[in-house]
Amino acid sequence: MTTRSFGSGIRRREDPRLITGKAPYTDDIKLPGMVHAAILRSPHAHANIKSIDTSGAASQPGVLAVYTGADLDGVIAGMPCAWLLPGSDLKTPEHPAIAKDRVRYVGDAVAVVVAGTRYEAEDALEHIDVEYETLGVVINPKDAAQAGAPQLHDDVENNIAFTWAVAGGDTDAAFASADVTVSDTITLPRLIANPMEPRSAIASYLAAMNELTLWSTTQNPHICRFLTSVVTGVPEHKIRVIAPEVGGGFGSKIPYYPDEAITAFCAMQLGVPVKWTETRSENYLATTQGRDHVEEVEMAATSDGTITGLRTTVYAGMGAYLSTAAPGVPTILHGLMYSGAYNIANISGTIHGVFNNGTPVDAYRGAGRPEATTLIERLVDLTAAALDMDPAELRRKNLIPKFENGHDVATGIIYDSGDYELTLDACLNNADYAGLRASQAAARAEGRLVGIGMATWVEICGLGPSQVAGAVGFQGGLWESAIVRFHPTGKVNVMVGSSPHGQGEETTFAQIVSEELGVPVEDVEIIHGDTDNTPMGWGTYGSRTTVVSGGAIAFASRKIKEKSKELAAHLLEAAVEDIEYEDGTFFVRGSADQAKTIQDIALMANVAWNMPEGMEPGLEASAFYDPPNFTYPFGTHLAVVEVDPETGRIDLQNYWAVDDCGVQINPMIVEGQVHGGVVQGVGPALWEGVVYDDNGQPLTGTMQDYALPRADLLPDINVGSTTTPSPHHPLGLKGVGEAGTIAATPTVYNAVMDALRPLGVNRVDMPLTPEKVWRAINDAKNGG
Amino acid sequence: MSVPVEVTINGRAYSGEVEPRQLLVHFIRENAGLTGTKVGCDTSQCGTCTVQLDGAIAKSCTVLTVQASGSSVTTIEGLSNGVDLHPLQEAFWNKHGLQCGFCTPGMIMASAELLKNNPSPSREEIRHALEGNICRCTGYQNIVSAVEEAAGAMGGS
Repeated sequence: MTTRSFGSGIRRREDPRLITGKAPYTDDIKLPGMVHAAILRSPHAHANIKSIDTSGAASQPGVLAVYTGADLDGVIAGMPCAWLLPGSDLKTPEHPAIAKDRVRYVGDAVAVVVAGTRYEAEDALEHIDVEYETLGVVINPKDAAQAGAPQLHDDVENNIAFTWAVAGGDTDAAFASADVTVSDTITLPRLIANPMEPRSAIASYLAAMNELTLWSTTQNPHICRFLTSVVTGVPEHKIRVIAPEVGGGFGSKIPYYPDEAITAFCAMQLGVPVKWTETRSENYLATTQGRDHVEEVEMAATSDGTITGLRTTVYAGMGAYLSTAAPGVPTILHGLMYSGAYNIANISGTIHGVFNNGTPVDAYRGAGRPEATTLIERLVDLTAAALDMDPAELRRKNLIPKFENGHDVATGIIYDSGDYELTLDACLNNADYAGLRASQAAARAEGRLVGIGMATWVEICGLGPSQVAGAVGFQGGLWESAIVRFHPTGKVNVMVGSSPHGQGEETTFAQIVSEELGVPVEDVEIIHGDTDNTPMGWGTYGSRTTVVSGGAIAFASRKIKEKSKELAAHLLEAAVEDIEYEDGTFFVRGSADQAKTIQDIALMANVAWNMPEGMEPGLEASAFYDPPNFTYPFGTHLAVVEVDPETGRIDLQNYWAVDDCGVQINPMIVEGQVHGGVVQGVGPALWEGVVYDDNGQPLTGTMQDYALPRADLLPDINVGSTTTPSPHHPLGLKGVGEAGTIAATPTVYNAVMDALRPLGVNRVDMPLTPEKVWRAINDAKNGG
Repeated sequence: MSVPVEVTINGRAYSGEVEPRQLLVHFIRENAGLTGTKVGCDTSQCGTCTVQLDGAIAKSCTVLTVQASGSSVTTIEGLSNGVDLHPLQEAFWNKHGLQCGFCTPGMIMASAELLKNNPSPSREEIRHALEGNICRCTGYQNIVSAVEEAAGAMGGS
């Protein structure tokens, strides 16, 4: 009898190697004969390269080689953009791994030095002489889209990489007939993902076999192999990509980077293994960033509080080049979610993807959805204020009523299932909303600035149906596959193509197999992260791994159960129809002692001494799962803040989250995802944001200047949940990796704006640093 | 120019010739091959390189190897034999105090220092003590719970 673990918060199976410091991350790996690369990066945000003299570096101690863009030209292809958004007049200007004649952001690669040690390689960088001719710089994405702005790419007019529109209903009519309209300009700051592990790559090339092995801090080793093949010309079957332990990613380890192409190039040129590991400061320049939106937004409503229209114009900064998935983030993952958790009949949005002289922008946890949820939830609060309605009640009035199997929204997508009012009620109850409002009134009477903010949200996750991926221009599939293999002893290996890196799927996947086949969870080991011993998969991002790989594992397990049933029938000399299954045991109906355990079956299938006619030996199955729809997790979050009017400092006092991610395999892991997600969402509301000066120099260049959430700045988060299964998923899963990050930014922003409302302040750009808040308070006191 | 050094790490003496500028964290990782101690930043902000140096906590990226010569260092690998876990390791496991695991060695070493000085800290004191260690995965909450549990297991309350 197996102890059931599905649905319970068992300890993670991956933890022992991590808590003892024994788990190898990429930079921990040392190969015989390995040398080290260091990359010279542009100190200018925009400049022509007049000349490069590498001779001084080449003669430094330990230096093996120095390469520039000219050396890579024709050998290493440009960095591919892999989301070719249709109908958007998309421009994909060349993105060389090492700049050839022009640099476009501080951090653009200019040369690479390979030397015996990392110290030697970095020392030699200082001996490369580069003559630059600086050019005009533009950072703000709206400014960059204006005629006359400095042009980053000669053939991209007004820096507009693409313009994409979403429309449903008749928005103009909705606004014309509205009783009340509200508008705002929302700035989502440019964010640095900051996984604690910096990116790293090790390349090893066996010329005699044309075989390339790449250890990489990637979230998606199979995509990395695919694109490494495209970029280096080494055939895909001759490339092995290994993502060992990966120390967080949050989207920033999805893209294919110049750095890994450069590392591979160096290894191929020199015939020795080459390691490159970024410093944190380098990460702040050369690792893709997130958000960078300027959103001009409006909402229309009738006097009874019915939201009738939403209209946006968004300028989404892309940075200097289009990163791997960049065009899909502010469009498909953003504009299609404009209905939020509400029935909004009339929606129109225009999104301009704009080149600016910053680090390339790509997916960062939530990817497009925090940017959508923030604008929707801010407009809902402004509408409530305009109508003098309670923001919770305005939400309740407009929430999509409970649905179990499909709901169409005006943007053209179909939500899978939802019970939004359930999470709203749960959150309001958990927080004692009426009590909080009463306390707030008392505090306001004393002149204190206490605010309550909330968000009722829905996200698009579980990416996703491959046919849709193709239709929206994603240059890949979004299915996953799994192989479930029973060994003679009844122990199980599961090989998956996705690549968990902290999300705990070595545990939750084992819980799925345990649930499906009745084996103890400790008898299941998950193998992932190495393209040589895992089946194809599209990677870990978009709250998809548990959902999509989990679906594949469930279907593979069910194939094994069917085969086991047939073999059990044969061994028990019974008809298959008479075999029943319960908790890991196959038995003849009515005679429980006539039974074979799954372990018995595994042994007999593997030795194959007595198989039914035509049955293949072995107990192994693979399944490919291409989800029929996306999943749509949802929830309600609520925060209480107090603002110090003397200093502008914000105290985040309380936070309640109620999430519905469908069926939960391991509630402890779900809760951990919510905690971490919420804190990453609080960051940009209160502290985080990249600051560039007018010359495009990043002023937030280290962890000392870029304000990350720290333990002492945060309260404990009160987490609750409801369970609304996805109707189309074999286990009812929806995904939870991004939920907290999507919800927390608008929740906390709304709370601070609510605190400042008595002063007449209704907008301050994020992040809400004490200085900005203090100035807003004082401007308001001084008459605006 | 290289200088001879000898650093005792987890009870074993490691000697070598190193450049005077070499950071202790690089000696631990490269010379001693103990890679549990991580490098997460270059401005002493993140705390992933936290070790005990002569019994006191130190960010090993801010110490030169030559400064540590003759000293005794304990890293995450020295906290337990890897099978019989230290109460903090056990508590981080029990309370889901880690996700990607990259900050965890430093976080555990910093927590050990806290519990040495304050055997029964409040949640607020734990949060304050860990403000020099950044975690991007957990939102810190389960780390705080883990330290609380370890304090109890180690005889505090």
